[in-house]
Amino acid sequence: MTTSTSHIVFENVSKFYGEVLGVNRVSLALPPGVTSLVGPNGSGKTTLMNLMTGLVRPTQGRVSVLGLTPDEPEEFFRHVGYCTQFDSFPKSVTGFEFINQFLRLRGLSSGEAARLTAEAIERVNMAPAAHRRVAGYSKGMRQRIRLAQAIAHHPTVLVLDEPLNGLDPMARSESIALFEALGKQGMHVVISSHVLHEVDKISDQVVLMSYGYVVAEGQIHGVRSEVKEHPMQILVRCPNPHLLASRLFTQEHVVEAKLNNDGGGVLVRTRDAERFYQLLNRIVVEEDFPLEAVAPNDDDVNSVYQYLIGSGGGTV
Amino acid sequence: MTAALARMRQSFTEAPWRLWLAQLGAILRIEIRKSMWRRRSIWIYLLAFVPTLMFGIHALVNPMGSSAGISGDTTVFAYVFQFFYLRVGIFFGCMGLFTWLFRGEVVEKSLHYYFLAPVRRQLLIVGKFLAGLITVALVFNASVLLGFTFLYGHYGPAGRAFVFNGPGFGHLLSYLLVTTLACLGFGSIFLALSLVFKNPILPGIALLLWETFHAVAPALVQKLSVSFYLTQLCPVTIPPEGFLTLFAVLAEPVSPWIAIPGLVLLSVAVLVFACVRIQRTEISYLAD
Repeated sequence: MTTSTSHIVFENVSKFYGEVLGVNRVSLALPPGVTSLVGPNGSGKTTLMNLMTGLVRPTQGRVSVLGLTPDEPEEFFRHVGYCTQFDSFPKSVTGFEFINQFLRLRGLSSGEAARLTAEAIERVNMAPAAHRRVAGYSKGMRQRIRLAQAIAHHPTVLVLDEPLNGLDPMARSESIALFEALGKQGMHVVISSHVLHEVDKISDQVVLMSYGYVVAEGQIHGVRSEVKEHPMQILVRCPNPHLLASRLFTQEHVVEAKLNNDGGGVLVRTRDAERFYQLLNRIVVEEDFPLEAVAPNDDDVNSVYQYLIGSGGGTV
Repeated sequence: MTAALARMRQSFTEAPWRLWLAQLGAILRIEIRKSMWRRRSIWIYLLAFVPTLMFGIHALVNPMGSSAGISGDTTVFAYVFQFFYLRVGIFFGCMGLFTWLFRGEVVEKSLHYYFLAPVRRQLLIVGKFLAGLITVALVFNASVLLGFTFLYGHYGPAGRAFVFNGPGFGHLLSYLLVTTLACLGFGSIFLALSLVFKNPILPGIALLLWETFHAVAPALVQKLSVSFYLTQLCPVTIPPEGFLTLFAVLAEPVSPWIAIPGLVLLSVAVLVFACVRIQRTEISYLAD
């Protein structure tokens, strides 16, 4: 299977709305798994998703999803489901009718469409409200029924624009678990979200966007290690943090070693994480130094977002 | 040439016709329900049944036939049909319904659901157009049929004889045909206009002026008017009257064998334009 038939591919894609830039010169190849699109409002996340699904056409470049384009809608939308951020519905429909009528558009029999509708509604825990009119739903219920509509036909590519908006903590956690499970099944799940710490937990890769440009992309750990301006933060928990701190100060790649507030660890900032880990191994082995835990402290989407976009940016 | 023909034949036979038919059925179900039962359609029903109500009252007031007689009432019906049904009722009914088929989805921000379904946009045009056509044709043909029944029904046996043994039944069929063709012609134009203009009311008024005053245009240009074909198909001719007849250019009459296919071709051409147009349509509700 080639990249073009297994990935979502953007080839030098630009989109302008008149003179307004949507996205500029984007080249990406998104593999299966959960991909988070991260960036501030107006950074081009929704444009990228709309380009992916053919709701807007590129001014320049080419987009393909698993080797398909929206010009062959019968095949393309068999594989693709898109839950947009538009909180709107056809008039006077119930949740069930909403999903069912668009399944019938796929040429399914009424029985098959009803079965898939019920299954999708069950999956987002909306069964009790399925036969009520959507106009009477809460924002969270509307969000869930739109999600159900996007997954009802069992797509292999699921595009979700701010899918956690309006959801209560319980529904949010259920949705995240669902996205994670779908990603693990080998599906492409592309999510844009402002709730960074939540999507961070389930993202296999991240695309950081700012002002229509892709600032960074890849696995979050790889992206973090490429941000050279900001030394890596690593938290080492141990019973003798002051001893460890004094040993670390002698190393030129260690920028800062700060005792943790609870006195049970050291927060280290280093320009070379690999050399730091090697040093730590040596200390533990050669000096029998007791360690409780070692973990990166800013190796997440939120930190990378802050470094690259939130506080004046950086370069990769 | 033969190779190109063979390729065309192959793509025709390999096309997923069964799927397209099923999808067309699904679009029709959704759209007819929307067109028939939405609140916005009430004024179309009112517009359609105003003349029916008039003919009903006329029948009630003159239970044994009016003093004008059958031939007088036949002329009245012809006037009402040409000046109310064609130029007001069907025109504005089609304007209200067909311009809303896509504009309504944009205003309600629900067009993207169709665009994200595995349906060709051309099929969406055809489905929505057919749904609109079925709705308006049903409403206005029902109105014409009822009006016709009221008009000749109150003459009793004389009226029945006019309809079933005289020219009445032929008139009725002609009126129903012209009504359907009017819905086809105006419907296709308003559908296309709604894809080009954000506010199709102004071009709609321009079209109304064109359809009303096309008789003063050169004979060849007159053939681009829907009314040109429709008036030729009406069973009762109304002599030209009024100030505009001074400027009217008499175009060569066309036979029904040309008028009907001419109108159908005009509508097909407009729908083909709409199909090309919708291929380039993007979802940007904020701009609307």
